[in-house]
Amino acid sequence: MPYLFTVSPDFTPDHLSGWFIFNTWLQRALSEAFHLELYDDFQSQREAIEADKVDLIYANPYDAAMLVRDKGFTPLVKPIGHSDEAIIAVSADDGVTEVEALQPGVRVATTDDPDVHTMGMIMLEPADLNADNIHLETCGTYVLVAKKLVRGEADVGIFLDEAFNDLSSMVKNQLRILVSSQIQVVNHVLMLGPTLAPHADTLRKALLAISDDKKGQGVLESLGFTGWEVVDQEETEFMIDLMDTLMV
Amino acid sequence: MQDMNPDDIAGTYREYTLELYKAGTRTILVTDIETPYPDGRLIVSRTDPTGIITHVNRSFVDMSGYSEEELIGAPHSILRHPDMPPAAFKDLWDTVEKGETWQGYVKNLRKDGGFYWVKATVIPNIRDNRLVGYTSVRRKPSRKKVEECAALYPTLF
Repeated sequence: MPYLFTVSPDFTPDHLSGWFIFNTWLQRALSEAFHLELYDDFQSQREAIEADKVDLIYANPYDAAMLVRDKGFTPLVKPIGHSDEAIIAVSADDGVTEVEALQPGVRVATTDDPDVHTMGMIMLEPADLNADNIHLETCGTYVLVAKKLVRGEADVGIFLDEAFNDLSSMVKNQLRILVSSQIQVVNHVLMLGPTLAPHADTLRKALLAISDDKKGQGVLESLGFTGWEVVDQEETEFMIDLMDTLMV
Repeated sequence: MQDMNPDDIAGTYREYTLELYKAGTRTILVTDIETPYPDGRLIVSRTDPTGIITHVNRSFVDMSGYSEEELIGAPHSILRHPDMPPAAFKDLWDTVEKGETWQGYVKNLRKDGGFYWVKATVIPNIRDNRLVGYTSVRRKPSRKKVEECAALYPTLF
C-alpha cells in the first residue's frame, strides 16, 4: 500500500499541479509509492490524521501541535523565506483608515485557514473585537472573501498575504489594506509520520539538495518555492508554543 | 542587574529604586513618553525557568530600545515599570509555575525611560514532561483596556 502524503488545504490553486509534481519527485527520491490525498477542508484532513492515515504532510502551523505532540510526527523542512502572514483589508470605498475605528457588529469575512484566521483575529483585538461581538462569515476561498468586500456583503476581510497578493489587480484595486502582520516565525512545515521515520535522513538530504539539478529546480518552481531549509524539533516546539499563546 | 544610565534617557526623568522579583534592586529612570505599539507585530521572548532571557525577536529589540546582546542573559524584569503593581507579577509567576498560561496587560519600561503597553501571554515550555522555560508573546492592546489598567493599577499597591 502506498504511503499517504497530504498538503494543508490552504495551498493556493496556482500550486495544485505543483504538489502532484512534488509527489512524483518524492516517489523517485525514496523509491517508495506515495499517494497524494488533497482534502477539501481542514476538518476532514484532521480526521485522517486522527485515524493515523497520514504518513507525510505539508502542515499548517495550527496543526503542528497535534502532529508533533499527539501523533509523533517529526519536522523535516520548511520552504525558505515563506512565513505565514495575515492581512486585514476593507473595501477601497470604506472610510475606515485604522483597525481601531472598527466597531462591534462589524461583518468579518474569513476562511477556515486556521493560522491566518487566528492572526487576523489578533489584529482586530486593538478595536476590542472578538468572536463574540462581530459577525463572522467563513468563506471557502480568499477570492470569495474579496468578493464579499467588493459587493459590500462584508466590512472586513482576513487574508493570507500571499493569497491577497495573488488576487487580480482589478479586485485588489477595489480593496485597501488596513494592517499586515509581521510575525515572521509562523510557517508551514513538511512533517514525517512515525511510519516513515526510517526514511527521515534520506528524505531530508534529498529535499535540501533538490535545487542541485534542473528537474528539482522545476519542482520547486511549480510550488513557488526557492528551496527548503531544515527545521529542527525545538524550532517547531517553539512555533507550537507561540501558536498556543495566540489561541488564548 | 545594572542600574539605568542617565545618558540613555530621552527628556526629563524621575528616579525610582525597584525591588525586582528574583533579581535584587535596580535604580530606574522614567519619563512620560509613550511609544505606540506597532500594528501587526508580535513581541516574542523566551526565558529559562528563572526568568533569564534566552531569546528575543526583532520587535522586542525595537520596542525595548536595548540591543539583543544587552537583553540575552538579563532578567526579564529589565522591562519592569514602577507603575506596574508587584501583585501583577506575583500572579504571573504563581500562574506559570503551576504550569498554566498567564495573560494580562503590562506597562513596560524602555531603555530610554519611556514606556509601551502590551497585552502579554506567558506560557510554560514543557519538553519531555520537564519545564525548560517560558515563552512570552506580546501583542497590541486595545486603548480601552489600557485606560482601564492605567486607572486600576495604582490602586493595587
